[in-house]
Amino acid sequence: MNTRIIKILAIFSGLLLSVITFAQQRFPRPDFETDYEAPTILAPEPRQGILEYLDVFILFIVLSLTTWLILKKRSRKGVLYVSIFTLIYFGFYRNGCICSIGAIQNVTLSLVDPTYAISLTALAFFMLPLLFALFAGRVFCGGACPLGAIQDLIIIKPIELPIGIRRALGLLPYLYLGLAVLYAATKTDFIICRYDPFVGIFRMDASFNMLVLGGSFLIIGMFVGRPYCRFLCPYGVLLSWMSGVSKKHLTITPSACIDCKLCERSCPMDAINKPVTDPVSKKRDVNRFVLSTMLIPLWILVGGFIVSKSNIYLSRANRTVNLAELLITHPELKSDPDHIDIQTFLASGKTMDTLVEEASVIRNQFYFGGWILGGFLGLAFGIIFTRKTIYRDRTDYEPDKGNCVSCGRCMDFCPVGKEDLTTLMNLKN
Amino acid sequence: MKEKKENKKQSRRDFIQSSARYTMAIGIGALGGLVYSKSKAGEYVWQIDPFVCTQCGRCADECVLAPSAVKCFHAFDLCGYCDLCGGYFKPGVMDLNTGGENQLCPTSAIKRSFVEDPFFQYTIDEELCIGCGKCVKGCSSFGNGSLHLQINHELCVNCNQCAIAQMCPSDAITRVAADAPYKIKGDFTKPTS
Repeated sequence: MNTRIIKILAIFSGLLLSVITFAQQRFPRPDFETDYEAPTILAPEPRQGILEYLDVFILFIVLSLTTWLILKKRSRKGVLYVSIFTLIYFGFYRNGCICSIGAIQNVTLSLVDPTYAISLTALAFFMLPLLFALFAGRVFCGGACPLGAIQDLIIIKPIELPIGIRRALGLLPYLYLGLAVLYAATKTDFIICRYDPFVGIFRMDASFNMLVLGGSFLIIGMFVGRPYCRFLCPYGVLLSWMSGVSKKHLTITPSACIDCKLCERSCPMDAINKPVTDPVSKKRDVNRFVLSTMLIPLWILVGGFIVSKSNIYLSRANRTVNLAELLITHPELKSDPDHIDIQTFLASGKTMDTLVEEASVIRNQFYFGGWILGGFLGLAFGIIFTRKTIYRDRTDYEPDKGNCVSCGRCMDFCPVGKEDLTTLMNLKN
Repeated sequence: MKEKKENKKQSRRDFIQSSARYTMAIGIGALGGLVYSKSKAGEYVWQIDPFVCTQCGRCADECVLAPSAVKCFHAFDLCGYCDLCGGYFKPGVMDLNTGGENQLCPTSAIKRSFVEDPFFQYTIDEELCIGCGKCVKGCSSFGNGSLHLQINHELCVNCNQCAIAQMCPSDAITRVAADAPYKIKGDFTKPTS
């Protein structure tokens, strides 16, 4: 008797609820006469948040360990083991996401988009390596970056690149950084993640094009040390700024350099500065320095002008701009039932005017962003050009603080303080 | 005398370096503080708003995973348990049976089972589902819309920028808080505004 009342009540309340909630249903849920129960919907939970903080913790540990190995322990082997761990954990296990390089875009987006709240993990991944670089140089590149680790492990026979090629290609990271920030700030795309050559390898699901890209980076990387890090990595730009003025840094020799030249060819990244003493050229260099400093504003203006003028091409990567352009130039596509973007737009009830207005707002953003990007590139070019004219006496072999990725190879080559010279001879042969 | 000059030079360079270092530190600190004030604890994951989704079919192709992490979910509370199911049968089908030629799903991922006359239950085999959304389109056009696409978080690798979101023509994929990772129809009703 009692159960029957409960049953009736349950059915009644169920009916009532269904009427309220699903008033617009075409086919109301049937009243089953059998004791049918619908299966539950399986909705597996995402990875727990606490594990994300574990990643930050591990990053911190790895960075501290690399710092210790580079500055105190002076062990290349230790750095090698750390980078293998990084490759396995951050690369293959965590699928290379989130990474500090990509976090640039999250930080940018959170600055321009009030609706986007950056996660603390992404922020920590962005900040920690920079702070460490300010203290100890680019220890992130040496030990904690999975992209760096995969390239570091495959260096077989590095060749020394001519300084001109290095300088010219060295401008690419600035361009890549600027474009990544521009595209993130205009909410167009995260190009660092999209064109990450190694993430497809970490996830083992690369599309054909990305596999070719990643594969060619690895093949080139056998002969040119860390091509992505040196000539493309946008985060490397920020790190080299920090590392250039770092408090401490990797030193090739534990005490005093004896100019034995043993380390000269040890760096696959060509980041060792050789001793120079040439007092004759000093005077000429001062004039060139003044001239190239005065040219910097010109570079900024030229860069800003060129890039802002190309806003039409740059903004085509944006979906709204692209759609608006397509509809204006090819109005006949409106009747193409297979064009998903156009059909969705037409079905959404948005008018053409709103679309064009949205597109022109975005294109304007690209115009102003183009001035900033171009100015930034001009400034970078000007400063690199000017630095070339700064002449500085150097008596020892020293790592280039900006470009050194703290892999620690050179430390093994330095004979100072090593009693066992046979290992050194083996290294040289 | 010369040594003194050297020392002076050295300390000037040190001074420039350390002031640059402190400037950088303050710069990162300021940037970090600014971003931190807008940050939120907790993680974000990608999810489809089923009320915005237009079932264009790109979820099947654009996901970095193959097959896609987008799967069809069935909100049984909304289902009418129809014999002639718009999500199961191709339009204009002659016989209402489970023959392959009648099924809308390209991978035969929907299982039709008899409940009681004249009602049938439809369940999704996620192993087979490729997230093409054909059944969702059928169910939304001819039925209650109980079938809908969702990102399965067991499969989703939570890319920094979702490749499907980038290509989604209706901007249905957005970041949602990881503690409410699904927008399942029924639990999650259409915003009234």
